[in-house]
Amino acid sequence: MATEHMDRLRREGRIAIVGASLAGLRAAETLRAEGFAGELTLIGDEPYEPYDRPPLSKAVLLGRADPLRTELPRRREIDAKWRLGVAATGLDLTAGRVRLSDGDEVEYDRLLIATGVRARPWPRESEARLDGVFVLRTRDDAAGLYQRLRAGPRRVFVIGAGFAGCEVASACREQGVQVTVAERAGAPLVGALGGVVGAVAADLMREHGVDLRTRVTVTALEGDAAGRVRAVHLSDESVVEADVVVVSLGSLRNTEWLNGSGLGAGPRGIACDAGCRAFDFRGIVTDDVFVAGDVARSPHALFEYQFLSLEHWGNAVAQAETAAHNMICDGADRHPHLWMPAFWSSQFGVNIKSVGVPPMGEELMITQGSTAERRFVGVYGHKGRVVAAVSFDNTRWLEFYQRAIERGAPFPVEHPTLDRRPENRRPVPADFPDPSLPTHGPMVTLSGYSPADTQLVFHPARH
Amino acid sequence: MRLVVDLNKCQGYAQCAFLAPDVFAMHGEESLVYDPQPDHEQRERLARAVAACPVQAITADGVDGHGAFRGPEAPDGH
Repeated sequence: MATEHMDRLRREGRIAIVGASLAGLRAAETLRAEGFAGELTLIGDEPYEPYDRPPLSKAVLLGRADPLRTELPRRREIDAKWRLGVAATGLDLTAGRVRLSDGDEVEYDRLLIATGVRARPWPRESEARLDGVFVLRTRDDAAGLYQRLRAGPRRVFVIGAGFAGCEVASACREQGVQVTVAERAGAPLVGALGGVVGAVAADLMREHGVDLRTRVTVTALEGDAAGRVRAVHLSDESVVEADVVVVSLGSLRNTEWLNGSGLGAGPRGIACDAGCRAFDFRGIVTDDVFVAGDVARSPHALFEYQFLSLEHWGNAVAQAETAAHNMICDGADRHPHLWMPAFWSSQFGVNIKSVGVPPMGEELMITQGSTAERRFVGVYGHKGRVVAAVSFDNTRWLEFYQRAIERGAPFPVEHPTLDRRPENRRPVPADFPDPSLPTHGPMVTLSGYSPADTQLVFHPARH
Repeated sequence: MRLVVDLNKCQGYAQCAFLAPDVFAMHGEESLVYDPQPDHEQRERLARAVAACPVQAITADGVDGHGAFRGPEAPDGH
């Protein structure tokens, strides 16, 4: 039963959404779909209406999609005030006001923060400014990089072999461009999937002609007299000549604008409860500030109540829908955000997908296919239960493992399955890097309280 | 016309690539690439692909004949 207060909010309240990308848009649509009739303002620092980012490192670089034409489809009319090209610069929690970079202010009764992440830049500014040095996060980044790739560079150098770096390398090779990839860890994708699966990704890259260098760091980018990048210096003292450098070192969460606001926001994101309500710096939940998407960090019952921040497309959609619903509901009508983490990547012709939280697993079992064939399913185990699965060109199995994770199915995996190979009867260490050592930032951050002895029954949200 | 495919849902059935080959294509054995803003003449094929997707992973606007929902006004529009 909605209270009178909630009825008034739905009828004539003011809701501001900071962040006009996937999560912001889907939240706006959900608010309208659920009957919010008040004033809705969307604030975005980029001058563009909400667009989709995954194609930027895939279809766009392959020339199959125009980088300036990836706007997201609308699921409904949202009748919003758009403040695009204007960043939020501050938040006054007490007064309920967002300050904007143009000096304006937006008042709200409910606020949704969906400011996401940005690409981590190359740390040395003078080198980062060299012509030919790119990050890849926005459509402008993608348009610039695509142009350079089309112009036929002699060699592209990718710093960092996370998903984005690998996808860039894959696109280069597909277009016949020479590419070198440098990774601090022992293999690509180790932060997300561990060393066993990383070794498969390494083989895949090398077979496609990528010059992959592991256990090295980049020490300097060298420019020529005209300010164009011309070479990359590595920690093993080698020098690689390259005319395009893609800095792919993960991301930074866009929370600086909240400094001093009193919100529990920091470099790891904004902590919130399972209902997407932001915590203040004292750990007390707010009732009018909500968080969704890459910038949020919320506890998940299936994963020992660890606070997960997920840079996953599907999480942005689901969390935005839940946050929007909860913004205009009271008490028991609110939903928990218990989305099953899932992501995909496509590189070197292979479809990589995952469910659950692989970095939580200490051990890995290949339950279908084989890594030698690059067609397999790997299952990750933590404390005797299944917590994640990854597939290489085997996506239809993942739903089965998603159910296993939801059930807390035992690990090692006992069930006989199709295409189970005799050599894969025993788990092996998944070989994740020590989280205390710096490496490529994982897409999933695990942190926080872990009541390991809690018994629970997981019911996925259905809405 | 704008479209997006939820690649978490996508299982590589390739119905879309069969029905609207200028919009969708398989890339390798199960990856999908697509043009997120195909030309208007693809409208009918796109509508068929949306309807045929076994896991309903495709969201598109502007395919039902009523045109797209209105986008935001100018960047400075208040």
